[in-house]
Amino acid sequence: MADEVVLLDYWASMFGMRARVALAEKGVKYEYREEDLRNKIKSQLLLQMNPVHKKIPVLIHNGKPVSESLIIVQYIDEVWRDKAPLLPSEPYQKAHSRFWADFIDKKLYDACSKIWSTKGEEREAAKKDFIEILKQLEGQLGDKPYFEGEKFGFLDIALITFYCWFHAFETCGNFSIEAECPKLIAWAKRCMQRESVSRSLADEKKVYELVLGVQKMLGVE
Amino acid sequence: MEEVKLLGAWPSPFCYRVIWALKLKGVKYEYVEENLTTKSERLLQHNPVHKKIPVLVHGGKPIPESTIILEYIEEVWPQNPLLSDEPYERAMARFWIKFGEDKTSVFIAYFQSIGEEQEKAKNEAQEALKTIEHGLGDKKFFGGEKIGLADLALGWIAGWLGAMEESAGLKLLEPNMFPHLQAWIRNFKEVPEIKENTPHHDELLAYFKSLRERSIASARS
Repeated sequence: MADEVVLLDYWASMFGMRARVALAEKGVKYEYREEDLRNKIKSQLLLQMNPVHKKIPVLIHNGKPVSESLIIVQYIDEVWRDKAPLLPSEPYQKAHSRFWADFIDKKLYDACSKIWSTKGEEREAAKKDFIEILKQLEGQLGDKPYFEGEKFGFLDIALITFYCWFHAFETCGNFSIEAECPKLIAWAKRCMQRESVSRSLADEKKVYELVLGVQKMLGVE
Repeated sequence: MEEVKLLGAWPSPFCYRVIWALKLKGVKYEYVEENLTTKSERLLQHNPVHKKIPVLVHGGKPIPESTIILEYIEEVWPQNPLLSDEPYERAMARFWIKFGEDKTSVFIAYFQSIGEEQEKAKNEAQEALKTIEHGLGDKKFFGGEKIGLADLALGWIAGWLGAMEESAGLKLLEPNMFPHLQAWIRNFKEVPEIKENTPHHDELLAYFKSLRERSIASARS
């Protein structure tokens, strides 16, 4: 029986992109459904499939919903386990990857959204926080090609989806991320050479246009 | 057999969930009580990023963050499984673990505040309990017939909430509310490894009373 896989998503969401990359790595065919979040319209399906948080992404596999992006990626890894393993098999390495993915979710999103959604001193503080967090992650990468070593995996997926937002952060914040974290940018460019990543990430110019639109609304250009 | 150490601090429920997992799996470990006001070199070395307890140290290798420790324990010691083999059930357990973690701040706010602020936090906390009630349904445990990781992660509701309510002077869980959750609390407390490893109510009450006095005093100053 063929699997029916649907992804409820929003084109610019770095969390939704994680699911897209994971599905692409595994070669899973799925139906992509865009939620109109810009106009704050949530479909009946989304409200039904994620009644607790009413957020994307939601993966619907044969009618059963899975939400929360990192939980979705782990689910994809466990269901389609015969191809391209995403999490390390060794428990300590697995814990290490989960720790840093959790770190990204706890710290990175808040820091980077403040770069474009605030101004003046608050923006400068957010930039500083953001670079510090990236430097910690760069430290974890070290000289390895990917976070977990030779192979692209879970932690790379957790972070790479923020890369298409970097252009917007740099332009709003007037700084260069490459100047601060050259190894991390080299890693990002390496990841972008994978089709699963380049096809899943949003166009950085379109992301910047989106940010400009929201900034106008908030009055923080 | 490699040495297992747990760095913890009484009466942290984040710490107890790890103790419960180790006890349920029959894993021998050495418990080390950490002073959170003056943090030891050992703690700072084993959890340099967050500087928090609990930290599990297995064969000299540290694993911080309680929910990550729980998954690690499950993988290294598969006896008496606390997580289903089935990917969808695993995703559901992880969803409820994350939900509990995300709502921690709401319960802390309810505990630390007074007056109108406390009323508002109380309502949010009750909404969270209502969601947990629906998620539980008429299952005995989140894991089904047997206790699982999601039960351990939410176990603070069984042992700690009562003492928190008494010291905060504002009830969250009235006797006629959330019957499934109330039944779950009774079932959870009866599991021998939980019963034998939960702080006494009176000790918790004294601890929370003193903590609340300090929180209110520092909020007023």
